[in-house]
Amino acid sequence: MNRARSNPFNVAGMHGALILYTLIALFPVFVILINSFKTRKAIFREPLALPDAESFSMIGYQTVMKQGDFFLYFQNSMIVTVASLFFILLFGAMAAYALSEYRFKGNLLMGLYLALGIMIPIRIGTVAILEMMVATGLVNTLWALILVYTAQGLPLAVFILSEFMRQVSDDLKNAGRIDGLSEYTIFFRLVLPLVRPAMATVAVFNMIPIWNDLWFPLILAPAEETKTLTLGSQVFIGQFVTDWNAVLSALSMAILPVLILYVIFSRQLIRGITSGAVK
Amino acid sequence: MSTSRIRWHIVVFLAPAVLVYTAVMIFPLFNTLRLALYSEVDQTRIYVGLQNFRTLFFDPIWSEQFWNALGNNFWFFLIHMLVQNPIGIALAAILSHPRLRFAALYRSAIFIPTILSFVIVGFAWKLILSPIWGIAPSMLDFVGLKSLFAPWLGKEEYALTTLALVSVWQFVGIPMMLIYAALLSIPEEILEAGEIDGITGASAFWKIKLPLILPSIGIISILTFVGNFNAFDLIYAAQGALAGPDFSTDILGTFMYRTFFGFQLQLGDPHMGSAIAGAMFAIILVGVCIYLFGIQTRMRRYQL
Repeated sequence: MNRARSNPFNVAGMHGALILYTLIALFPVFVILINSFKTRKAIFREPLALPDAESFSMIGYQTVMKQGDFFLYFQNSMIVTVASLFFILLFGAMAAYALSEYRFKGNLLMGLYLALGIMIPIRIGTVAILEMMVATGLVNTLWALILVYTAQGLPLAVFILSEFMRQVSDDLKNAGRIDGLSEYTIFFRLVLPLVRPAMATVAVFNMIPIWNDLWFPLILAPAEETKTLTLGSQVFIGQFVTDWNAVLSALSMAILPVLILYVIFSRQLIRGITSGAVK
Repeated sequence: MSTSRIRWHIVVFLAPAVLVYTAVMIFPLFNTLRLALYSEVDQTRIYVGLQNFRTLFFDPIWSEQFWNALGNNFWFFLIHMLVQNPIGIALAAILSHPRLRFAALYRSAIFIPTILSFVIVGFAWKLILSPIWGIAPSMLDFVGLKSLFAPWLGKEEYALTTLALVSVWQFVGIPMMLIYAALLSIPEEILEAGEIDGITGASAFWKIKLPLILPSIGIISILTFVGNFNAFDLIYAAQGALAGPDFSTDILGTFMYRTFFGFQLQLGDPHMGSAIAGAMFAIILVGVCIYLFGIQTRMRRYQL
């Protein structure tokens, strides 16, 4: 390696810059987490100190558990996210297969039509979406959210998955056809298992925006039984704005599931982004 | 296989995606644009043509709010372009350095804010910047700059910039990752060829790498543009639907929400809300077209 590219002074400077920025990125999360375990007095007296035997307190978490139905909110978020991902992947993969495998009239046009939604945010259509959900009686149900997120996720899913499906070998599919397999069997048995890594990438890309969305839960499903974790914590924090213990604990509880998901999936996510799936 | 016969499996494969996408995304989009041409008088819907847009752009009360939100939105976007994207590129340039230790660790840590919800980010920063809690002033005191502290989120002249910077803090991970991916795809031979010609270190970045990653920078710019002009959550979580103080943090998303859904004593007006959505749609469309036809086609792509 060239000397200029591994100068020790440069290396120290690079680590310095990265450490500085990492601290900036993690500091707020750290402050919220440590203070959620402290007494009210300690939160204000020494906000940057770690909780110790004297200042440790779970009072905030007790309030949250008593007042907010966080378990229900969590369950709602989970249902909406998992169901939306399932439909995005299933419908997206089917459409991507049709577009990449078969030549038919209007193939290109259909691909362009489905790709429109990559750049245009679905939020623009909110007024009519709400009207439609009211008319069909889906307002304040989790189905309203699942449908919206599925529609929102499909364009990019079709785009990414059809790129990958073009790489599946034709010989394999033709061998299946010679063996008398139906087109459906070829898709579900032969092609889907081969594009599993691409499906994981699509899933991880969609998971975080769906889980964190505030706009559609606020507008389409604000009822107590259908609140998602994001909306639930927003409302809870708004009500308890002067109870710092409760607010900090609620924030920590909202951070935790996402952080766990991130730790599990961060490799997949980063590999997905860096493999150029969104180029 | 005869080409005139309908091949049903193609229909079956396409139908679910096309139906859901058309019914829940494309149809409401155009229906919203159509609703913008109507108004409600005595609980009946009547066609008023472009009247809603005239109200939005020229009526003194509406237009003041609209241009305020639009101007704020441009400022919001400008800060992202000037702060978020350069920081993202710089971090990516450092991370992509060969033989840097702990690169994966830094990368994962810096990406953490991006995965948090706006609600968490909005409230966490609100608490940290709060003069009551005193974390921000005491940290400034530590470096001897306490006199600089002001309740940033509460002051009209600083609130929008502060929120834009919070949003930058949250999303810097995205440009960082995309540029990082682009930098990794530059072949080693090109850099070595540059080294032989005496181009190393910083000048290698400016003269070789930067021109090669320009297409990625273009993609990041348009993603930032679309994301910013459709932003809502962070402002709503931190400042509420009124986008205080005195509408100084109001952007198109919060303006549309307030108009369409109503707040406090003002009733919601779906038709004016649709008109604002129509304006947002036009702005995003113009931005995307400028990118697709003005920038992307003219950018030189290098065969790697």
